[in-house]
Amino acid sequence: MKVPISWLADYVKIEENIKNYSEMMTMSGSKVEGYEKPFHEITNVVTGKITEVASHPDADKLIVTKVDVGEEIVQIVTGAKNVSKGDIIPIALDNSTLPNGVIITKGNLRGVQSNGMMCSIAELNLTKNDFPTASEDGIFILPKNTPLGVDIKEILGLDDTVVEFEITPNRPDCLSIIGLARESAVTIGKKFVVPNVSLQEKGKGTATDYVKVTIEDYDLCKRYAGKIVTDVLIKESPLWMRKRLRDAGVRPINNIVDITNYVMLEYGQPMHAFDLNYLQEKNIIIRRAKKGEIIHTLDDQERMLNNQNLVIADGDKAIAVAGVMGGANSEVNNDTTKILFESANFDGVSVRLTAKQLGLRTESSARFEKGLDPHNAKPALLRACELVEKLGAGKVVPGIIDCHSELPTKNIIPFRPKKMNEFLGTSIEEKTMVDILTSLEFEVNMEKMEIAVPSFRPDVEAWADISEEVVRFYGYNNIKASLQSGNRATQGIKTYEQRIRDTIREAMLAMGLMEIYTYSFTSRKVFDKLLLKDDSPLRETVVITNPLGEDFKIMRTTTIPEMLQVISHNFNRRIPQAGFFETSKTYHPIKGEKLPNEKNVLTIGLYGDYDFYAIKGIVEKLVDTLDIPDVKYVIDSNNPSYHPGRCALITVNGNTIGTIGEIHPDVADNFETPKRSYIGELDIEKLYKLTNVLKSYKGLPKYPEVDRDLAMVVDEEIIAYDIEQVIKNSGGDLLQKVTLFDVYRGEQVGENKKSMAYALSFRADDRTLTDEEVNKAVTEILSKLDSEIGAILR
Amino acid sequence: MKQQLQNILHQVTLQASDVKSLQDIEQLRIKFLGKKGELTTVLRGMGALSKEERPIIGKLANEVRTNIESLIKQANDKLVSIEKEITLKKEKLDVTMPGKIYEIGKKHPLTLVIEEVENVFLGLGYQIAEGPEIELVHYNFEALNIHEGHPARDEQDTFYIQPDVVLRTQTSPVQIRVMENSQPPIKIICPGRVYRSDAVDATHSPVFHQIEGLVVDKGITMGDLRGTLEVFAKSMFGEDTNIRFRPHHFPFTEPSAEVDVSCWNCNGEGCKVCKGEGWVEILGAGMVHPKVLKNCGIDPEIYSGFAFGLGVERTAMGRFGIDDLRLLYENDVRFLKQF
Ligand SMILES: [Zn+2]
Repeated sequence: MKVPISWLADYVKIEENIKNYSEMMTMSGSKVEGYEKPFHEITNVVTGKITEVASHPDADKLIVTKVDVGEEIVQIVTGAKNVSKGDIIPIALDNSTLPNGVIITKGNLRGVQSNGMMCSIAELNLTKNDFPTASEDGIFILPKNTPLGVDIKEILGLDDTVVEFEITPNRPDCLSIIGLARESAVTIGKKFVVPNVSLQEKGKGTATDYVKVTIEDYDLCKRYAGKIVTDVLIKESPLWMRKRLRDAGVRPINNIVDITNYVMLEYGQPMHAFDLNYLQEKNIIIRRAKKGEIIHTLDDQERMLNNQNLVIADGDKAIAVAGVMGGANSEVNNDTTKILFESANFDGVSVRLTAKQLGLRTESSARFEKGLDPHNAKPALLRACELVEKLGAGKVVPGIIDCHSELPTKNIIPFRPKKMNEFLGTSIEEKTMVDILTSLEFEVNMEKMEIAVPSFRPDVEAWADISEEVVRFYGYNNIKASLQSGNRATQGIKTYEQRIRDTIREAMLAMGLMEIYTYSFTSRKVFDKLLLKDDSPLRETVVITNPLGEDFKIMRTTTIPEMLQVISHNFNRRIPQAGFFETSKTYHPIKGEKLPNEKNVLTIGLYGDYDFYAIKGIVEKLVDTLDIPDVKYVIDSNNPSYHPGRCALITVNGNTIGTIGEIHPDVADNFETPKRSYIGELDIEKLYKLTNVLKSYKGLPKYPEVDRDLAMVVDEEIIAYDIEQVIKNSGGDLLQKVTLFDVYRGEQVGENKKSMAYALSFRADDRTLTDEEVNKAVTEILSKLDSEIGAILR
Repeated sequence: MKQQLQNILHQVTLQASDVKSLQDIEQLRIKFLGKKGELTTVLRGMGALSKEERPIIGKLANEVRTNIESLIKQANDKLVSIEKEITLKKEKLDVTMPGKIYEIGKKHPLTLVIEEVENVFLGLGYQIAEGPEIELVHYNFEALNIHEGHPARDEQDTFYIQPDVVLRTQTSPVQIRVMENSQPPIKIICPGRVYRSDAVDATHSPVFHQIEGLVVDKGITMGDLRGTLEVFAKSMFGEDTNIRFRPHHFPFTEPSAEVDVSCWNCNGEGCKVCKGEGWVEILGAGMVHPKVLKNCGIDPEIYSGFAFGLGVERTAMGRFGIDDLRLLYENDVRFLKQF
């Protein structure tokens, strides 16, 4: 809400400088976003009178003028056509500045000295709405009685300071000059009284003679008040009003429309003016719209309504969408002679939904939707009529039309100073509380210990709200800091699952991977890019009904696409290699449940100088860190997103806990990643259950190990897992460790064969092993290798 | 004989000072102390001495032997240390050449902020609570005193899954779930991912993170809120940090405040980080609205509580001087490596 300080000053005198005032208001709850003099950029522009006009010796289209700017006469060359001797105009002198940083200096126009410039309204950043009589494209001619040599900002009222407040949604009463004046007064310690409105009412008859008003839907319209003005003379409103409206961000239009806007800003009560001559029936009915009813609104659009919308109708015909916008047919125009001022109270939710449905959020609807005080309708209406008389815009007809349901009475709540102090941790005296509340127009009854809440403060419902009112002005920062001294102790520890996730993160970091964060929603397109089958369960997603766009429409069921995008991003920026991980969630709908399953997952991504065994090594170290035993890696040739020969399921006791592998080359193309990109996905929920957190120490060996290396030739299709199984099963108790250290293929071993070399370690806990013991074990292993998988010792 | 012995000693002294290598020393040892060495040869003549002379010469001979041994050892030590020095000199490196490359993983800046906040509050006896990101409207709005038609529902521009299911717009629903399921004392912080329908730009993201805190017990005051946030601000931004409460409005707290910390960059003098204000807004906070407590089955006549929340992205940006929020979700290695 933009507030010209001069307007506020009508109600409360502000002596503090603007910086202090802003600070004080912010600290009492009316946050000042900023303040400025909107025309501060204009300097050294003064009023001047043309005293001589001569033609330019060398240019037909220019004239040479002498201008009296008060203390001196300056020569100005201009090409303006609409000026003549005797005109008073804004003169930008040598070294003057105009809005948008334009600097004017003296110069030479076709050989003749020019010591300044004559200004148009546009050059002063004004429009015809601000000064309707001014020329659109010519020089701005000022009234004949304008004093000379005076700063133009003073003459045109461009010197006001405008403060911008951020008003929280619970305080619609502060979307008004009066509301902010009240807050200002309490903040700076001044008295504030809403002045009484006085009317002469020279119009004929009484308001109810002119129009009949009926409310049909009281649930959506608590009050409808109106006054009639006759002998209306539509013209521009006076400078002071136009200036205030402009500074508040509202475009001046004509006196009547300006009055409705002025009162809306001043009282916070939206108003509307109907041209009575265009109301054929003179029978106003406030009712729900009929389904399919059409209204032509004053922004010149046909709008279709339904029975959720409230309309103002004249007889059968809708003439306004209640609280949102008037109809074009009854709009005030230059021929208007009789008007009905409407000051009503419409239901906030209804106005909000209607405005949303019509895509029409107006100053009026924005106020109604926050919920307005029905008591405010009448004072605002009278203020509008007072302004009509003040501006000479018409004759106000005596009497008022005022339809309303039972108006709400003041809410009474208990006054609990002790509870409030306990709650705030303060010892504010009762009297201080009462003073603050009284100046905010709460009525405190000390006998009954009750507070009557003013009708414009429906946000105040109980003692906690009252506490806020008191402490806002007592000072939030006067509350002394404390630390729950008398309190019960609580344990500050992470849960088991949180600690496992920390361990996983630490392990990933220790292996040199960079942590990433990616969005949780994505597009369905990624499933095709991953080559997923049509019946893949990953295609069953949680769908956002109002997404930011197709790319953000579904909650992800896999994190691979985002990982590939990150790889692609970095690869395309010529980063030769990188490793990433993310711990995040995937989202899976559950049939018959409102909320889906949210699953914690770990995603790993590598590209560059890595291979399959790099990502496998990372997973092996991770499961080792988590102390998960018996982890198997089983080739999976059926996962369409991965290379069919380079993808493994990670399993524990037949239970799959994740997948690792090289991404399928087509998927790599789809995501524009390098072909050799490696991805791992692990289900953290399953890791929670398998992890052995109760680590226990095993004694260090007392006797030395005996090592033997075995190199054997086997058929190509024999896999390492099978060889290891044979060795482990036949090695007996003494065999401690089996490590593959070399794989060799070549002529020496023959076609479709490979040589696999293993290092075996033997040890006993109670003695140093003899050669015979170890030889016996090795012999047994070799015999089983031969008989079970046909391995031949090299 | 005495003369001979002294002569030997003299010779050893001369030759020992002249040795060039360990071999020279060994030869020297053999020459004088060996089985056929000069000292041995001289001592063989001991038999010819008188009874009186014998012990005197014997003693002298032992002294000479000890001296020779010590001379040889000294010569040896000297040589060894010279050779050590030569070796060390030869092994001199150019220490300005680059070190070997070890990759070190880096935590994402958002994790850094979340962990820092978690650590402060774990130390103050808080637990870390979590809840679903896809949430019932009841928990995301109703229970937080944000009813149908409340302007806050409009303001927040929520992503809807169903009319009664949303992507949570704040982590506050976790607080409600905790209050419903446990009795005071409650001391939790809730870090997590939240969603609002904001188009992506330098300061907005439809996905972002919040950390909210909640304390409910008997006798909790707004002074406790202030004290807690003071401890927090000092831990995060330095011992000299001050905080400032400004009145504000949130539907689920009353009184509500926005909380500023004195600018860590300029100590309140005014700079670019604080836009010349000297203060930077980092938190929203307030006393839990009695209605919210009641909704969760906690009697506001007996218990009271406070809540606070901060935006992780905004804190990370302020803290690390990141000027574009998009960097946080782009995951460029050159960005990630800086933390
Ligand atoms: Zn600063």
